[in-house]
Amino acid sequence: MLAAVDALALAEGITPGLTLADARARLPGLLTLPHDAAADAALLAWLADGADRWSPMVMTVPPAALVIDIGGCWHPYDTEAGLVDDVMARLARLGLTALPALAATPDAALALARYQSCSLDTLPVTALDCPEATHIALRRAGLTHVGDVLKQQRPALAARFGDALVLHLARLTGDIMVPVSPRRLAVEISAEQRFASPLANSDAALLVIENLAVRAGMELARRGQGGRRFDVALYRSDGHVARLMVETAAPVRAATVLVRLFRERIGALADPLDPGFGYDAIRLDVTVVAPLSDQQLRLEGGDLAAGEIIALVDRLVTRLGRGRVRRLVAGDSHIPEQAAFDLPHGDSASGSWPATSGDGAPQRPIQLFDPPEPVEVIAEVPDGPPRRFRWRQKLHDVTAHEGPERIAAEWWRRSDGKGLTRDYYRVEDSQGQRFWLFRHGLYGTEKPNPGWYLHGLFA
Amino acid sequence: MSRPALFTPAVAAMVPVAKAPRLRFGLRSLDDRLADGLPIAALHEVFATSDGDAAAAAGFALLLALRVPHQGPLVWLREDRARRGGRLYGLGLAAYGLDPDRLWLIEAADTRALLRAGADALACPALAAVIIEPFGAGAALDLTASRRLALAAAKSGVTVLALLSGAPRPSAAWSRWQVSAAPSRPLAANAPGAPAFAVNLLRHRGGIAGFGMILEWDPDNVEFIAPGAGAAPATAIQRTGAALPRRAA
Repeated sequence: MLAAVDALALAEGITPGLTLADARARLPGLLTLPHDAAADAALLAWLADGADRWSPMVMTVPPAALVIDIGGCWHPYDTEAGLVDDVMARLARLGLTALPALAATPDAALALARYQSCSLDTLPVTALDCPEATHIALRRAGLTHVGDVLKQQRPALAARFGDALVLHLARLTGDIMVPVSPRRLAVEISAEQRFASPLANSDAALLVIENLAVRAGMELARRGQGGRRFDVALYRSDGHVARLMVETAAPVRAATVLVRLFRERIGALADPLDPGFGYDAIRLDVTVVAPLSDQQLRLEGGDLAAGEIIALVDRLVTRLGRGRVRRLVAGDSHIPEQAAFDLPHGDSASGSWPATSGDGAPQRPIQLFDPPEPVEVIAEVPDGPPRRFRWRQKLHDVTAHEGPERIAAEWWRRSDGKGLTRDYYRVEDSQGQRFWLFRHGLYGTEKPNPGWYLHGLFA
Repeated sequence: MSRPALFTPAVAAMVPVAKAPRLRFGLRSLDDRLADGLPIAALHEVFATSDGDAAAAAGFALLLALRVPHQGPLVWLREDRARRGGRLYGLGLAAYGLDPDRLWLIEAADTRALLRAGADALACPALAAVIIEPFGAGAALDLTASRRLALAAAKSGVTVLALLSGAPRPSAAWSRWQVSAAPSRPLAANAPGAPAFAVNLLRHRGGIAGFGMILEWDPDNVEFIAPGAGAAPATAIQRTGAALPRRAA
């Protein structure tokens, strides 16, 4: 089956949907390639990203359509038609043929684009997004054009052809507003710079970003807000879009801070920023904002410790990624590995840490193995303390031990209502190294031959 | 003859440090022996004697960081690969006397990123200490890297503790400690007691000759104590008589 054909093949009467054998019979010299639907989808998504330059409201309609909501966005091009011309010129430069259409609703625009018509009324009923049977039924009723259908009473149509048709008509005419769902976060504040001739220098681009950051910062200051997340889109003249994102722990609006963070971000990119033939537009969006009073802004200057630490954390998060800056967080559980986590910064507020028992020796290790590491243990009795164990191919003789500390499984969280009990032992070997071992399962009652694991190391 | 250029800037930068607060162990005899503890705005290296002593060395570095008088946040920098050695466990750290909320863990992809993040952290005077843990057999800082860290520490007043393994290499560290786990004084019923460390001073910028000693950690008072001489826990007092001959044996 042919998924798509080029203009030459179309002229020879080869159409999409034809079987390959049929097409070959009609045109022996036909050149075919396997259809790569994923690549098509990727190209569409890439185009949608690039279409950001015209409007933030861009929606992909697979397999091959883009809907751009240009309401209020065409001013740089004087007229709506001017914007369409710009779209077409850019797509043509990429070697793509597109069928444009302007309409009041996404559904109408898609129908018009498909049939390259200027008016809904003259479209055949097949333009309606309905099952084939409905098309046939409409034609049998003498309704051959969309205009004919639109003239009919809706309740009568609903009674005869079903609710789906009426719903579709309402979407077509705008009786039901269908919003274009944007591909990106709603933007709070946006600052944009377009260039008459493409900017081919990354440093210059950074200066522009600084300029945009100052503009966005002024707007943030006017609102008494600071940004928590900043997105920069660098639109290359060949249609590629490079995106940079910076998140901060505390709201900021100082351009110097932002530029430093973007510098870090660019420095941390796996493949460096490539201006290619130059950027013709750069936009900075503030996507997450939070209240920020003037007084707090002054703290960023560095006279307060908290501000300095926040600045340090922001820099490290930007360079290394959020998953690499971690905090220790207490968990609400008595299962050791779920009682304390190290989580990426900002994922979760820390619970309270339980008071430690001052028994002279810490009862919990400083390092925890998650998952626990299996060890071979020799014990005097199967349910007794370990005498000797082998961990990572090394034999340790136990000279002192404490335990068992019995920790039951969280049976109420398990579907089978069971789970093995663990018997924890704090042990010290002849070298003085201290370990946290447990036997997984009660000997005899829960498991005939319970295994041993090393769960942590004490200092 | 002029002095080697290597020492001039570092020493010059450290002169005012002598008046600054000191990193004291809390154990009088040890602090006196080091001429009032260690300087805080400096690089100190902690080496694990063997692979098995890595946890003891990590613990010792952490406890040293806790002894820094400034109660600001602590930053622990390690490499991704170090997670194989276990993750830091908040409940355990709390049991050793650290408020886990003070700690920031930074994971770097490689040694280069680690040192860079370390330089960033050391530029932040609000921190109390930075623990930097390169990974790998014979993980060590080269002379340039250690000098950078030492100078950054001297500038910001943040203590930097390098957690290393393998054979020591020339470095700009103020002091170098070799740490291994030491048998603890058992509590009642032969339970392992307070954390004990066998530490060896290998190198000291102030010219103090190397020595070795056994240290014990008192989590309740957050200080190092001499084994047996500290505030013995109630359970241990009952059996002091039994414990002493055991150690003598």
